[in-house]
Amino acid sequence: MTTAATPQTGAPVFYEVDEHAHPEGHSTALGFWLYLMSDCLIFAMLFAAFGVLGGSYAAGPGPKDLFDLNLVAVNTAMLLFSSITYGFAMLAMEKGRTAPVLVWLAITGLFGLAFLSIELTEFHHMIAEGATPQRSAFLSSFFTLVGTHGLHVTFGIIWLVTLMVQVTRRGLIAANRRRLMCLSMFWHFLDVIWIGVFTFVYLMGMLR
Amino acid sequence: MSRFRFLAVLPLLAVLCGCNFVVLDPSGDVAVQQRDLIIISTVLMLLIIIPVMALTILFAWRYRQTNTEAKYEPDWHHSTKLELVIWSAPLLIIICLGALTWMATHLLDPYRPLSRITADQPVAAGVKPLEVDVVALDWKWLFIYPEYGVASLNELAAPVNRPITFRLTSSSVMNSFFVPALAGQIYAMPGMESKLHAVINEAGSYRGFSANYSGAGFSGMHFAFKGLPAADFDKWVAGVKAGTNGELTRQAYLELERPSQNVPVRYYPSVDPGLFKAIVNMCVEPGKMCASDMMAIDAKGGLGKEGASNVLPLAYDKYARRGAVLGGEPAYVVGICAPDDLSKAAVGAPVSVGGARILGGGLSTPAFTPISAPSALPMPTLRQPSNS
Amino acid sequence: MSPAPSLPLSPIFGRLTLESFPFHEPILVATFAVVATGGVLVFGLLTYFRLWGYLWKDWFTSVDHKKIGIMYMVLGIIMLLRGFADAIMMRLQQAIAFGGSDGYLPAHHYDQVFTAHGVIMIFFVAMPLVTGLMNFVVPLQIGARDVSFPFLNNFSFWMTVGGAILVMMSLFIGEFAKTGWLAYPPLSGIGYSPDVGVDYYIWGLQIAGVGTTLSGVNLICTIVKMRAPGMTLMKMPVFTWTSLCTNVLIVASFPVLTAVLVLLSLDRYVGTNFFTNDFGGSPMLYVNLIWIWGHPEVYILVLPVFGIFSEVTSTFTGKRLFGYTSMVYATVVITILSYLVWLHHFFTMGSGASVNSFFGITTMIISIPTGAKMFNWLFTMYRGRIRFEVPMMYTVAFMLTFVIGGMTGVLLAVPPADFVLHNSLFLVAHFHNVIIGGVVFGLFAGIAYWFPKAFGFKLDPFWGKMSFWFWVVGFYFAFMPLYVLGLMGVTRRLRVFDDPSLQIWFIIAAFGAGLIALGILSFIIQIAVSILKRDQLRDTTGDPWNARTLEWATSSPPPDYNFAFTPVIHDSDAWWDMKQRGYKRPLSGFKAIHMPKNTGTGVLLAICSVALGFALVWYIWWLAAVSFIALIAIAIGHTFNYNRDFDIPAADVTRTEDERTRLIAAQVKA
Repeated sequence: MTTAATPQTGAPVFYEVDEHAHPEGHSTALGFWLYLMSDCLIFAMLFAAFGVLGGSYAAGPGPKDLFDLNLVAVNTAMLLFSSITYGFAMLAMEKGRTAPVLVWLAITGLFGLAFLSIELTEFHHMIAEGATPQRSAFLSSFFTLVGTHGLHVTFGIIWLVTLMVQVTRRGLIAANRRRLMCLSMFWHFLDVIWIGVFTFVYLMGMLR
Repeated sequence: MSRFRFLAVLPLLAVLCGCNFVVLDPSGDVAVQQRDLIIISTVLMLLIIIPVMALTILFAWRYRQTNTEAKYEPDWHHSTKLELVIWSAPLLIIICLGALTWMATHLLDPYRPLSRITADQPVAAGVKPLEVDVVALDWKWLFIYPEYGVASLNELAAPVNRPITFRLTSSSVMNSFFVPALAGQIYAMPGMESKLHAVINEAGSYRGFSANYSGAGFSGMHFAFKGLPAADFDKWVAGVKAGTNGELTRQAYLELERPSQNVPVRYYPSVDPGLFKAIVNMCVEPGKMCASDMMAIDAKGGLGKEGASNVLPLAYDKYARRGAVLGGEPAYVVGICAPDDLSKAAVGAPVSVGGARILGGGLSTPAFTPISAPSALPMPTLRQPSNS
Repeated sequence: MSPAPSLPLSPIFGRLTLESFPFHEPILVATFAVVATGGVLVFGLLTYFRLWGYLWKDWFTSVDHKKIGIMYMVLGIIMLLRGFADAIMMRLQQAIAFGGSDGYLPAHHYDQVFTAHGVIMIFFVAMPLVTGLMNFVVPLQIGARDVSFPFLNNFSFWMTVGGAILVMMSLFIGEFAKTGWLAYPPLSGIGYSPDVGVDYYIWGLQIAGVGTTLSGVNLICTIVKMRAPGMTLMKMPVFTWTSLCTNVLIVASFPVLTAVLVLLSLDRYVGTNFFTNDFGGSPMLYVNLIWIWGHPEVYILVLPVFGIFSEVTSTFTGKRLFGYTSMVYATVVITILSYLVWLHHFFTMGSGASVNSFFGITTMIISIPTGAKMFNWLFTMYRGRIRFEVPMMYTVAFMLTFVIGGMTGVLLAVPPADFVLHNSLFLVAHFHNVIIGGVVFGLFAGIAYWFPKAFGFKLDPFWGKMSFWFWVVGFYFAFMPLYVLGLMGVTRRLRVFDDPSLQIWFIIAAFGAGLIALGILSFIIQIAVSILKRDQLRDTTGDPWNARTLEWATSSPPPDYNFAFTPVIHDSDAWWDMKQRGYKRPLSGFKAIHMPKNTGTGVLLAICSVALGFALVWYIWWLAAVSFIALIAIAIGHTFNYNRDFDIPAADVTRTEDERTRLIAAQVKA
């Protein structure tokens, strides 16, 4: 540290003569973590609502009547694979290779889309059978919890496409790397939430 | 009656307006104990509050800038001894208060049957408490006395020194049942049953009301609570039995529960014995599945996919047609145990009271028509085949 | 099956019709006339003096934390006028609605007034004022040039404004909620509140909530990441500490509000059954969830204010704060405990004795650290040299008033006592006692204390003292009668009364509210007078109070970059330490300073959000779709701008600093 006027006399140092700008994006990782935690809290509330209302079928269908675990397992696989492929994109980014980054991001996005399509199919089937979000508190909380996760994935995909355009245009500059890192956290966060949904809603629902 | 009685008549305040400090001078044993608790807690806290306030004034005065005689120690900022005192003094108070709270909360739990009538009079063996089923309606109070098979609206009566067991629910939104002279309040919530145990020790007429805002007619949602000597209470019951409102049937209840304000006292000489249970389970309307049945079915895993369609459109709702803009038609779950009711319901269902949904408009929209005359309930369309 | 009643929804205007405008409400028409005239006047003046460009370039699009902080304060004070107008209307109604009189407000108007009063005072007065002070002070106190995410800060502010605008719109287009400030279902559900009021409530709070949450994230990052070298956690000023805890509370509680309001809006828009009576819904779930946010919210307001009092006390006693460490721990303990007490807001639900006593006792435990804080301020005064400037007067008034509120609060935490006091005017008196006696007094102390830092001149002390006395005396007149009424068993939110013996107390309370009105008036006069007398009140030193923390080391108002050189900290009272040990202000060797650029994106995003909220309130689906797509497009477009910073050239820094050198020299000579 380069210091103030008279260090040799032993007088205390009260300011830094060298301008040290905080590096660009120095708090982004922390800030994004905090945002994720706040998002996590929203999910926590939705889980809590499901925990309270998840047994109120209003004399309608319950989880056993509605869930198709095979489909959900495939869906879970889609999301888990997308996390892995995102990981590959990050590895390519570390090596500074733009083309593989874009390819892996595209694959991630496709897995995400597959996940969403399967989820929408599931919703469509349920609604067609009369198991609408309005039918019971259980279904309200189910659709809201799973749907909120789905909405997050949708925004993740929009973000991912945006980032692909930005990486194509500007390459792996520091700002883009930081953004890829944030999306990476977001994407894995959604994975973690989904594992909670899978366990708490689907698996335990079948055991109810 | 109690050691703290004298505090209730703080002469100065009384002179000022002849006020009735009912919370500090109640007439029921439960409320008396709650009053005592308020006073003990306040005194306990004043032990620390008064010194703090005195010290604040003292220090503010003594160490004012112009008083140069006072000591000035700009760097004095720590004293372990003082820190110990300032943390432990409130701690000690809170330990006492916490212990008191724990005991008092259990002792005065509204769900706990009474063990005494006054401080020196336990409940005699074999005394059956008076049971009162309370329903909070928009915006009036219905009291059902299952023991006597009668009901009263906006007037509650109980014999002096006999324990009372209230079971409470609400027909639509949350209310709070509160008779300050008798006992603390408890919420009356739709689809739920709460309980309150209390006893009135002095004869008199007291004020009861809803203590939780419940909509436009909230201000008028009060009733007289009459503590009566046993003989007078019997007379009161006889008076109710002589009431001219006819039986409070389910049908009559459905008419009654529609919103109305400042409704005068009304007596029902007889009551459908299953009414309160049906209100709690939200199945007064014929054909609607009771919440208790629903819960039993749910506990067994629901009714399967077929169950998804056992709903019928809602015939009417209290204010307007319920139903969200994007959510399809309002509906209710059909009971499966009463085929008679079901067929009746199917016939009676396509009735819409009050016309279309209330939309937009906001301020200009009257949410209901106030009903003030007891005999002229404008309910022609309910459960009548619709003309349209 | 009955035919579905067709919804009279216009494809263009949704459910908005001419009838939605309250032409038939004389009070509202008059209010509108006044507001519109005022608005046109302000607009005209701004246009006449060609100030729009200046406002847009230097303020609205500014990412400078100081300017954003000041704008928050302006928003809070404007909304205070609205919230207080509601208060006066209520006091008046309750003072005259006796003996068969219906008062002057019909139920559907009165019920909106008390709902709006609560919502506005908490979300759009107290929150902006607290956030504004934190925004302005914290970066200066920790020796930073700005917050971590300057653009986000601007965006957060405009989202708060957006929420406020939506709530204000409800005054003249449609109506506001008639449910009480927390909108408990089923009353707030579509069945019992089919009108637009609750929708205004939901979207107003959701839009403002986004801003609040993001500003919480921003300030946490700022405090954690951007402290000047040497400022360890235990050397942070107490206000920074309380700000940190407050923002942790914000980030850990506002998402709960967001989630619970989402569920309520799903119930209202889609017909789900979270909080309905039928189909297995549970209204009490809402009550629990909203108070899981609601109780921490109380501490979000009061903790920063505790920080203000700490700064003020040590400055005006000329003494180091007594028990800094225990102050910090007390703050942290309060932060954690505030999550364990929510059920005390509804003991009367009938949760069972053990649950009730648990939450009652945790509530009481909070009074221990709070009590310790009180003693710390007390012993800071002990053996000090107390200067009774306005901020210190507020501090003493706070200490005397807040303990009363604390005492009644602990009383309400005893469940059986709460059974007779819950929802009564005693409760109303209690929370106004802690919010006015704590938060409001603290905010006024903070405003008086930091005003010279923000604008370069002090507030006029005479009108400050007038405002102080009106507020304090007015508070006691307005709320002590409510304690009395509570003990007489009078419940809150009543519109008419039939017991004539109560009236005298309501009249006293209305008189008190009148005194508070004079207090607010004096405050406004104070600002006007101070602006006129700014040359006499000028502060050229940057340290008008002989204060102790770092914000007083720079000029008043501080330059855009706050500090020409990053300060190095050795002590928790950093500036005091610098003064004691012969700090010399650097006079040369200035370098270029890297700063963020202004941007209008935050304003645009907030405009889209308000349009979206308005469209959703009135079911104008096309507008909702358009504004939502615009919102996303603008947000994405913003990310394509990589050029967000610039350098303040060394020459400019030198010029600014030389100017200050000259000012200080002139001061010394004079």
